[in-house]
Amino acid sequence: MLTTTNAIRSLPVKSLPAVLTQARRNSTKVEPPPAGGHAPLVAESKLLKSTRDSALRTSGISWVDEDASGLVGGRETRKMNTYQAVRDAMSIALAKDDNAVVFGEDVAFGGVFRCTMGLAEEFGRERVFNTPLSEQGIAGFGIGLAMMGHTAIAEIQFADYIFPAFDQIVNEAAKIRYRSGGSFNVGGLTIRTPTMAVGHGGLYHSQSPEGFFMGASGLKVVIPRSPLQAKGLLLGSIRDPNPVIFMEPKILYRSAVEQVPVDDFQLPLGKAEILVPGSDLTLLTWGTPVYNCDNAIHLLQNPLPVLEKLVPASLRSAKIELIDLRSILPWDVETVVESVKKTGRLVIVHEAGMTAGVGAEISAEVQKRCFLKLNAPVKRVTGWDVPNALSYEKFHMPDSIRVLDAIMETLQY
Amino acid sequence: MASLARARLPRRLPRFGLRAIQTSADTTQLKDSPSDPSQPFTVTLHEDSFRAYKCDKPELEVQVTRDELLGMYKQMQTMRRMEMAADALYKAKLIRGFCHLAIGQEAVSVGLENGIEKDDRVITGYRCHPFAVLRGGSITGVLGELLGRQIGMSHGKGGSMHIFTPSFFGGNGIVGAQVPVGAGVSFAQQYLGQKNCTFALYGDGASNQGQVFEAFNMAKLWNLPTIFVCENNKYGMGTPAERSSSNTEYFTRGDKIPGLQVNGMDIIAARQAVQYARRWAVDEGKGPLLLEFVTYRYGGHSMSDPGTTYRTREEVQRMRSTQDPIRGLQRYIEQWGLASEQDLKALDKAAKAEVDAAVEEAKASPEPEAKDLWTDIYYKGTEPSFMRGREREEVHHY
Repeated sequence: MLTTTNAIRSLPVKSLPAVLTQARRNSTKVEPPPAGGHAPLVAESKLLKSTRDSALRTSGISWVDEDASGLVGGRETRKMNTYQAVRDAMSIALAKDDNAVVFGEDVAFGGVFRCTMGLAEEFGRERVFNTPLSEQGIAGFGIGLAMMGHTAIAEIQFADYIFPAFDQIVNEAAKIRYRSGGSFNVGGLTIRTPTMAVGHGGLYHSQSPEGFFMGASGLKVVIPRSPLQAKGLLLGSIRDPNPVIFMEPKILYRSAVEQVPVDDFQLPLGKAEILVPGSDLTLLTWGTPVYNCDNAIHLLQNPLPVLEKLVPASLRSAKIELIDLRSILPWDVETVVESVKKTGRLVIVHEAGMTAGVGAEISAEVQKRCFLKLNAPVKRVTGWDVPNALSYEKFHMPDSIRVLDAIMETLQY
Repeated sequence: MASLARARLPRRLPRFGLRAIQTSADTTQLKDSPSDPSQPFTVTLHEDSFRAYKCDKPELEVQVTRDELLGMYKQMQTMRRMEMAADALYKAKLIRGFCHLAIGQEAVSVGLENGIEKDDRVITGYRCHPFAVLRGGSITGVLGELLGRQIGMSHGKGGSMHIFTPSFFGGNGIVGAQVPVGAGVSFAQQYLGQKNCTFALYGDGASNQGQVFEAFNMAKLWNLPTIFVCENNKYGMGTPAERSSSNTEYFTRGDKIPGLQVNGMDIIAARQAVQYARRWAVDEGKGPLLLEFVTYRYGGHSMSDPGTTYRTREEVQRMRSTQDPIRGLQRYIEQWGLASEQDLKALDKAAKAEVDAAVEEAKASPEPEAKDLWTDIYYKGTEPSFMRGREREEVHHY
């Protein structure tokens, strides 16, 4: 791979987080613009569970050890960021399943994002080990392991590097159950990979390739939005009897912090979650843009002084329904369609480019099912159809202002 | 261009001083005449049956029994009959799509099966039919699969290249994709402390795929019990090995992985090499080994390839008449007085009858039901709520 890749790979693990957060700190001379334009920091988002009580009452949560304490109220939570929650999930998976192994580039040292910190020490280097830098080989190796009935938790260091493994994932992992008439499967395979933009990842460290896998029936694709979601969905993915690609939004590894139950729990795959209920417009997204969308709703209700005259007062009381899709494949058609039938309007937000992105598939299905209920065309706010160049990354992302603009346009259609 | 092609020719001449592997099927000698043919006896392989890279050659003196040789003869003959039946069914337009036959390469599949243990694992690419039968499948199951019938080993949903048994992890339609999968399978064997290994087969054409080298590296790095088996039939589709590979000595391409080039037309040599590899990886724990079987396919790459545009009919004819693995073994059996020509004829007849019966049984099996179009995509109960068909009425709801 090219120089950016090598530069990141050759950095000592410890120096990486600094590199990844640098852009947010480096322009301190004048009043710094807040990270990601006018988005409040992810950490301040009300969508994150800041109390033990709210964390334990997470919708759709299922406890794996029902008898641990008898009562949900007796369970504990701990403040974690996303990489700690991911690590926690893998630690539980390894502890409870002797046939589970974790492997990938540099995972024995903790991985570039520290998601596997200390797992090798805790579970042994036979179970948590580094692979060569060969993504296709990693995927094929994981498929062979899973075909033997093992739980293979593979890491592809960046989602941008998943393309060499595309053949193995699409042709082998997704199809093996079907082409063997059900006699073989790789249900034990989970491929974790950091995805989406970090603000300065550039061409090969900020892409969102989830849409490329959408046609690969047999596969599941999951993208969590927060630490608690990451833990529950990752445990759900590891134990799901189908191969799963689990894409972790890399900017959220450190910026999203919430109370996460310490016990073993799962969240359901294939189910979207309504984060903010509403009746006038459905705002559908997943991963990092969840926070931009949430902020766009706030901007609509209470526009900043500079935006005030651009946001008509008549729109400010509109009730926007915010949905986190969570599973990209299979996606929760029912929840989305039910919402759009109620609101009559749909805006889809994702970081990947528009052409044949996930939004294209969803809008086609929604317009078919909700044709007579729609009051406006389905609107997509996405990355541009251009490579994700370093200098333009901020312009590339569907930020809060672009989402706000799309909401207003759709409401006024 | 023509002159350029000619200019390249000298590179293809054999290099002097380097002994080439010999691939005749009938050069194994009896060491001492068996007084009682039911007891094991010793034969000596031709001294050029093997070439080694970073390892010792296997012993040339091999113990065999009459029953083993007759059993292998029967298996090879049955496999050839099955492939011929597939050929006929294809030409009768009953088998459609892709179909790759291993006629001429029987000594590899049968030699492998006779050299390994039941719980070893095998995974291969296109030419997979004989392995599927020998690893616990059935001729009916293979032909049924090719015909796309319910009786097929993947219930008619796979077709050629998609046939599996518990210890055979399938053919594969993506060139080279099975090789890293095989490395993963052998990792599981090592992890569980099983006394077994995995044979990951690929052809000389697939040997240039990047992921083959990725698998080599991982297997050597982690000392996995993976035996990489290159079936070198001298043509990757329609391109001769020396026009596709800068190094045609496939057994040397594992870098630090030792390799063995084997006469893949003499089944006794083939079996001896497989047993050597198994000892290497399992009993001695020396990690991966690369086996290259030098063999030959009589037919084209697939059914749509007549197999005569990139090689001469004379070449095919010469291989058939001088190096055929079945004829070679037949000659041993007769010369060494293990069975008469009539006995072998009876075996041939039995093989033909078995295959004929399987053809009829497979043809009688119904095609998969429409409802099975929707099964085996996801684990039952975890599917999406629906899968699309061509039209509204065909949308399938789980």
